[in-house]
Amino acid sequence: MIGSDFYLDDPRPADGPPVIVGAGPAGIRAAQTLLAHGLRPVVIDEAPQAGGQIYRRQPDGFGRTPKDLYGFEAGRASDLHQTFDRLRPQLDYRPDTLVWNAQGHSLDLLHTAQRTANTLRWRDLIVATGATDRVLPLPGWTLPGVYTLGGAQVALKYQGCAIGDAVVFAGTGPLLYLVAYQYAKAGGRVLAVLDTAPAVQRYKAAPAMLAQPAVAAKGVYFLSWLMFHDVPVHHGVQLLRAEGADRVQAIVWKDAQGAEQHTACSAIGLGYALRPETQLADLLGCEFAFAPLHRCYVPQIDADRRSSVPGVYLAGDGAGIMGADAAEMSGELAALALLEDRGIATDAARQAKLRQQLDKTQQFRQALEVAFPFPDDWAARAPDALVVCRCENITAAELRATAATQPQGDINRIKALCRVGMGRCQGRMCGVAATEILADTLKVPVAQIGRIRGQAPIKPLPLDMTVVSTDQEASHG
Amino acid sequence: MVKQLATEVVVIGGGIMGASTALFLRKRGIQVVVVERDLCGSRSSGVNFGGVRRQGRSLAMLPLSQRSHQHWGRLTELIGTEAEYERSGHFKIARSQADMESLVRYAEKTRDCGLDLQLLDGAELHKRFPVGGAKVVGGSFCPDDGQANPRLLSPAFATAAARAGAQVFEHSPVLDVAHNGQRFVVRTPEMEIRANVVVNAAGAWAGQFAEQCGEPVPMRIRPPAMGVTEPLPFFLHWSLGVEGGSIYCRQVRRGNVVFGGGPGLVLDDTRARNRHTTVWAQLPQLVELLPQLKNAQLIRTWSGNEGALPDHEPIISASSRQAGLYHAFGFAGGGFQLGPGVGDVMAELIAQGRSSTPIDAFRIDRFTDPACST
Repeated sequence: MIGSDFYLDDPRPADGPPVIVGAGPAGIRAAQTLLAHGLRPVVIDEAPQAGGQIYRRQPDGFGRTPKDLYGFEAGRASDLHQTFDRLRPQLDYRPDTLVWNAQGHSLDLLHTAQRTANTLRWRDLIVATGATDRVLPLPGWTLPGVYTLGGAQVALKYQGCAIGDAVVFAGTGPLLYLVAYQYAKAGGRVLAVLDTAPAVQRYKAAPAMLAQPAVAAKGVYFLSWLMFHDVPVHHGVQLLRAEGADRVQAIVWKDAQGAEQHTACSAIGLGYALRPETQLADLLGCEFAFAPLHRCYVPQIDADRRSSVPGVYLAGDGAGIMGADAAEMSGELAALALLEDRGIATDAARQAKLRQQLDKTQQFRQALEVAFPFPDDWAARAPDALVVCRCENITAAELRATAATQPQGDINRIKALCRVGMGRCQGRMCGVAATEILADTLKVPVAQIGRIRGQAPIKPLPLDMTVVSTDQEASHG
Repeated sequence: MVKQLATEVVVIGGGIMGASTALFLRKRGIQVVVVERDLCGSRSSGVNFGGVRRQGRSLAMLPLSQRSHQHWGRLTELIGTEAEYERSGHFKIARSQADMESLVRYAEKTRDCGLDLQLLDGAELHKRFPVGGAKVVGGSFCPDDGQANPRLLSPAFATAAARAGAQVFEHSPVLDVAHNGQRFVVRTPEMEIRANVVVNAAGAWAGQFAEQCGEPVPMRIRPPAMGVTEPLPFFLHWSLGVEGGSIYCRQVRRGNVVFGGGPGLVLDDTRARNRHTTVWAQLPQLVELLPQLKNAQLIRTWSGNEGALPDHEPIISASSRQAGLYHAFGFAGGGFQLGPGVGDVMAELIAQGRSSTPIDAFRIDRFTDPACST
């Protein structure tokens, strides 16, 4: 080791409550499991109310029923919410709190409303940071009125409003149909669903989908419901551009037969499934590996959700997109592994069952990838003028030109040279698209491009925040 | 299959010092191979603050800094790009009368060094640029100091060296350096390179080669604590430092304010980060210095492993033990501006056996040779 006075001296604490980051389906089930075994975890969540993205709760005073908000998932959503409400008095629950950094065995927290910062040391930690939309930009995507599918869903669930009065949903993945259905059901005018996946993929995937017949049936239901309600659904499309002067006025696309179509609209919900939020795992020092199923690097886990870092467990979509039901199971499994590692007796049969169920989900997840394949030709078709990184206004042409000078294709070097991923989002939004364009330009596998190095803060940090507790750092800074 | 290579000079390290040395060697027509463990300019050379500053340097360092300054003035000619270099001016703030007196003494001491320092009192400062709030009593302005983008500039030196005929091998960590009585043998996983001359420009990792060659140095790693805000409307023309203080900052044309000050954190042999206690100290200092930043947000922090010596001066020197071996490392906190000058001096030293710029204060044996303990 090279000599320095600036190494960190922060050994793993001998005690302290377990810490859970994220209060979605994974985090809530993890908390429930720990409580059931006599541990009282700290639960940190960025949102004002528990539930996560998928089961996001509406603000106080909003009166839509769970059925209206969550459809088929109403039962699961209500169950999770009620579970959390019941557990809450026993938890050290910290809503509105962003984990912006991890250093040694400390998490750096920001209370987003009060702009106060403090530090929490952990002995063991369940990371359940979830997912965000996987964005593949479309020319014109920076026009007002173009949202991600997840953003469109948040507007509906949390703000009780639609992203526009005449909406097109485009991209691919199960969320495409779910959000379209939720909008139409809530009284929104859905002009079209444009799926880049060819219809035939669905039949190819059908046998494997039966691993989860109930989930598969829901997908069929959304599609049938949309068609029954005269929402045009087009498969095998190619998205060309969003058009408009001050805001989006139309989407231009090619149908499966190759004919150019023009659909006037006031808003677009765009998305290609989800990508895991991995920055915290990265800052914690977890080892990553490329996962072809997710087409990106994900933190490594064992069958019980242990990461490569002692005391760190990864639950839910943050270690690879598996969906909300799997998140509940992996949250419980991660908590059981934590308990086991603390020497607390757990139910081995329950663990075995959860592992088995997660395996099944894995098969279903692979089938979903067949039904809604990633549009492999997206990068090759992306026009030179397409803005890939909207924070720094970096176009596909600039990425291609920079890649040409860097045959090894390391995305961190390319970021340094052309600023892609260097803006407010730090690559969380543009990283996928940039990676695809670089791999396509250099004709190398996506894995070779690497991943953008995690750097604190995970999300922007106000300069005028107030540090309220520094006692921990005096001895461990 | 190990590739055999023979050359005149092997430079270990493709950071700004190594790449610049290679470039200036090529200008003298000398054959050179650069071996870089990672990517050229990807470590501390590429992730430092980007200050191109002479003000504040020691008297011993100023001649070399001035020589470098001349090269910065013709950067495009030298490396084919400006890499956002601007002679924006560097202002050192005094927050107390004592600090101001210290700046006055520095200005007097360096009067003949060509810095053209202008001492401004509080009133003059607020006329020219309202900075630092009420606590500022004045400061010292160096009009021709400036700033550049290290992410672009340091790799550009390696590219320019390669264009000039240097052979540059990236992802080529040096396993060992030996001398067979006639020539050096430098081994990497894929190559065995024979050369008459070896330049140790391995930055934070240079200490191990010096030690291998029988001349250990008391170098320690000191990681800077860097951060950057989101882009803001351009308001800050000068690069700023604080006398006796621990914050420095500059605004890039894109609008982001880049800052540093205080210690970072060494994670392991190759990685470093900012540290949370430092961030907590930096943010209020920044807002106090530049109230314009009150509502801004921090979007990224970073660091790099920099080598520091006890007397805060680098090592720029022929070996005291082995003919044909040269060292250029240990530039923590101030190497970026020196890059072109060091390359020029090293090439001169190798080609002519002497430097026309005084570098005696940077001898490698100064920590062991009692004659050097001045």
